[in-house]
Amino acid sequence: MSLTEFIFGRLTWAAIPIHEPILIGTFIGVAVIGLAVLSAMTYYRLWGPLWFNWVISIDHKKIGVMYMVLGIIMLLRGFADALMMRLQQVLAFGGSDGYLNSHHYDQIFTAHGVIMIFFVAMPFVTGLMNFVMPLQIGARDVAFPFLNNFSFWMTVGGAILTMLSLFIGEYAQTGWLAFPPLSGIGASPSVGVDYYIWGLQVAGVGTTLSGINLMVTIIKMRCPGMTMMKMPIFTWTALCTNVLIVASFPVLTAVLLLLTLDRYIGTNFFTADLGGNPMLYVNLIWIWGHPEVYILILPLFGVFSEVVATFSGKRLFGYTSMVYATIVITILSYVVWLHHFFTMGSGASVNSFFGITTMIISIPTGAKIFNWLFTMYKGRIKFELPMLWTLAFLITFTVGGMTGVLLAVPPADFVLHNSLFLIAHFHNVIIGGVVFGVFAGINYWFPKAFGFRLDPFWGKVSFWGWVLGYWVAFTPLYILGLMGVTRRTRVFDDPDLRIWFIIAALGAVLVAIGIGAFILQIVVSILRRDQLRDVTGDPWGGRTLEWSTSSPPPNYNFAFTPVAYDLDTWADMKARQYERPVSGYVPIHMPKGTEAGIILSAFATACGFALIWYIWWLAALSFVAMIGYAIYHTFNRDRDYYIPAETVAETENARTKQLAEI
Amino acid sequence: MKTLRLALLGSLLFLAACKTVVLAPAGDVAAQQRDVLVISTLLMLLIIVPVIALVVVIAWKYRASNKDAEYDPEFHHSTRLELVIWSAPLLIIICLGALTWVGTHLLDPYRPLDRVAAGKPITEDYKPLQVEVVAMDWKWMFIYPEYGIATVNEFATPVDRPVEFSITATSVMNAFYIPAMAGMIYAMPSMETKLHGVLNRPGVYDGLSAHYSGHGFSHMKFKAHAVQPAEFDEWVAKVREEGTALDSTTYAEMEQPSEAVPVTYYNSVEPGLWHAIVNRCVDGTRMCVDEMMALDELGGFGAAGTMNVTELTTNVFTRGPTPFGNAPVTVDAFCTVLDSQRIYGNDEVIVAARDTSRLRGHGLDRSGLSLTPVITLLAAPQGAQAL
Repeated sequence: MSLTEFIFGRLTWAAIPIHEPILIGTFIGVAVIGLAVLSAMTYYRLWGPLWFNWVISIDHKKIGVMYMVLGIIMLLRGFADALMMRLQQVLAFGGSDGYLNSHHYDQIFTAHGVIMIFFVAMPFVTGLMNFVMPLQIGARDVAFPFLNNFSFWMTVGGAILTMLSLFIGEYAQTGWLAFPPLSGIGASPSVGVDYYIWGLQVAGVGTTLSGINLMVTIIKMRCPGMTMMKMPIFTWTALCTNVLIVASFPVLTAVLLLLTLDRYIGTNFFTADLGGNPMLYVNLIWIWGHPEVYILILPLFGVFSEVVATFSGKRLFGYTSMVYATIVITILSYVVWLHHFFTMGSGASVNSFFGITTMIISIPTGAKIFNWLFTMYKGRIKFELPMLWTLAFLITFTVGGMTGVLLAVPPADFVLHNSLFLIAHFHNVIIGGVVFGVFAGINYWFPKAFGFRLDPFWGKVSFWGWVLGYWVAFTPLYILGLMGVTRRTRVFDDPDLRIWFIIAALGAVLVAIGIGAFILQIVVSILRRDQLRDVTGDPWGGRTLEWSTSSPPPNYNFAFTPVAYDLDTWADMKARQYERPVSGYVPIHMPKGTEAGIILSAFATACGFALIWYIWWLAALSFVAMIGYAIYHTFNRDRDYYIPAETVAETENARTKQLAEI
Repeated sequence: MKTLRLALLGSLLFLAACKTVVLAPAGDVAAQQRDVLVISTLLMLLIIVPVIALVVVIAWKYRASNKDAEYDPEFHHSTRLELVIWSAPLLIIICLGALTWVGTHLLDPYRPLDRVAAGKPITEDYKPLQVEVVAMDWKWMFIYPEYGIATVNEFATPVDRPVEFSITATSVMNAFYIPAMAGMIYAMPSMETKLHGVLNRPGVYDGLSAHYSGHGFSHMKFKAHAVQPAEFDEWVAKVREEGTALDSTTYAEMEQPSEAVPVTYYNSVEPGLWHAIVNRCVDGTRMCVDEMMALDELGGFGAAGTMNVTELTTNVFTRGPTPFGNAPVTVDAFCTVLDSQRIYGNDEVIVAARDTSRLRGHGLDRSGLSLTPVITLLAAPQGAQAL
């Protein structure tokens, strides 16, 4: 081994893609924007505030906001991938090879899937839960505030590794679940799959820990009187989601570890030779993968429930059945994984079993749809943005649910599996459910986080861009699926297919307008924040405890821990002419910010990078540093402080005065 | 009602017009799968359409500006409604579940066909056409054992003749799919899957891999020809005439990764090739997977087995050198029970190993069964060098 090889592993200049004009262009763009942001931050002296108020913050509200920012940034990357795929599929007809070779195109669809699920949808969901749930249960923070910060930075670490593959080396060319033997060392000897593995492992630590954290928070830190059946419905869905995370992410960690062993020390878990079995991987990854689908959608079901009740001016219809529907979905999500591969040939009885269990999930889901419907019934519906997103969801998701049940019928799946029909189906539920829900949630809780509402005009532009864009982009994919067109195909012969790809590309442009309008909506709202200001803390007539605080809430959330007497605690308080306490303040015990989270995550990311490039010394060093620093951090006793009673009194009295002036 | 039916018909016509092969297939199996698809969709529309209509109607009727609509903020529970809410989807799912159970069993790809088309049950006259399919990087090989021929990237069958596909792959996963004929099934290395299908209308149909398998995936296509029996015989004759021999050497050449491979014919197929492909021992030096499994079932060879390997020197698509651990190896073929019988006649040393009852746990420690005879066979290869 030469010295350079020792120092750099298999990292050489050849890993920098200077021969790819698209990547070079992207790099220059990223570098210019990055430099502009960095210099602006330096000019306005924002580094200090950024570090002390955000990076090392263990305030669940700030961590929640940071998760949302991460999701938005990664959405831009994931969507750029989508646009490139759409363009390639428009161009690659009649003998043309399009503008992307298979090496590039195959990385793009893999990265698109991985990024959208792990680094867009997951951060959005975790961010919403982080911000909203402690406020809803009347808690001052999550159960393990430091762990929360650490989880976030681990997620960022995974995202950084994934993004790095764009400019150093390459990403996996395997599809987003990296089935072996294709992802084995023989068919994929380069760094792509290793980026995939370590990006997900680093982020997976964050997801698992955050799952444990939020689950414990909900179980242990509810305010007095808030029994399980008085919990807000969003908190219920958050609980179920975190139970799913804790139970299923270790499976992903384990299966990726086995794949790692195959790729690093030559074991044969998933090779076709020497007793290995690739089908084992497919089963294991879907045993994680199917619950993952519900991890993503359940919290958004919670968002829609809150939104529908608030904007219909009514209590949620059928709260109890809603809770049981959520629990049933949680449990059933573990017994349906095989429907992702009926075509493996498991036999008719096994296939029917998993097909029917999948259909059974549609019963509680259907019940939920009806519950939302009857919440609107006899209500006074205000068509604010969150409600618009919810209505779009109800219509879009219902269709997606139908095609999903259709794919759960094995004979139908045999002709539609892996086709563009399948692609249309899961985008139908993920965009129609998760994305619409996230936008409903952002528009709903933004005023709580920042004290002013989001601009409704650009919000509506964004809404129509997304909703119309979704339908224009994915209806053609349903049709193409029925024409027997398979996913991940790069070039096409049949010219009749082309028109559908052109329509789909136009749909993608509409979605791009939706995304652009969303960014504009935020910018315009910040500029017009004085007109959009909300001092009541309760701009929508909310029903749950988060609306009882000021916007943004003080960092201790509640000066006095609230007591819950009814399901919709805040609506109940309002109905009973609740009066703010004006005296009797006591010092509040608070956790202190710490840089340990970002430092540990930096070591983990370095370790992942070193393992990807076979830089063993760096891997060993960063691993030891990570463990060492974690131990060192346990000796840090300077972790908490008290907010003096006078400060609390000052803040609360100012708030009381402000409320009186309205 | 009439307009609804017209609209439905119209949308179906529209879909048929854009060559939706899945909705208008040329084979009976795919047609039955299409029927299941359409019936399921209609069943679900029974509930989906009212729900969507209700969303629109309720949202509009109870808009805040409509002060005439009733407002009842306390309406949040109704046992009767809840009953309907849960039982309506339940009813649909019971129907759909029954359809699924029956449909899945009837259309199980492993189940031999019992009809070639509606009203044409299988009789003695229909002998299924056996076709062995190999998914390679990145092309399809079809072996016709009945005719002793093979092709690459071209498949032909007489119309109305049931086809029984046996499917495997050389390195990675693929899915074998002729949309006009029958559903897809995975093609996996060292694994044999089955698919039964039939093409009823003469024509040329698309065949493809429906599971991403690497860089050459997009070109992994072939044409499926459904022809009259006489034409099929002509086609077989043409393959025989234009083809070359398919043996382990030409197979190994074809197995190398390549893209957009032109149609290739083989006029003869080495005996036992299919078994060797499935069991990953076409290259005669490797032990076949089925032998390996049979030996392992008898308890394996313990430490001796770890010696019986050869380091992989050529680059294969399935495994490669890893940074740590030993270099990748293959298990060598050696004189097995069957070989021994074939060469030496009935050899007495192997009799003890014929106990095929399952071993549990630590196979080697099982009392009553000594594995020495098998190991003796391995260690005492008098004359075995001749192999």
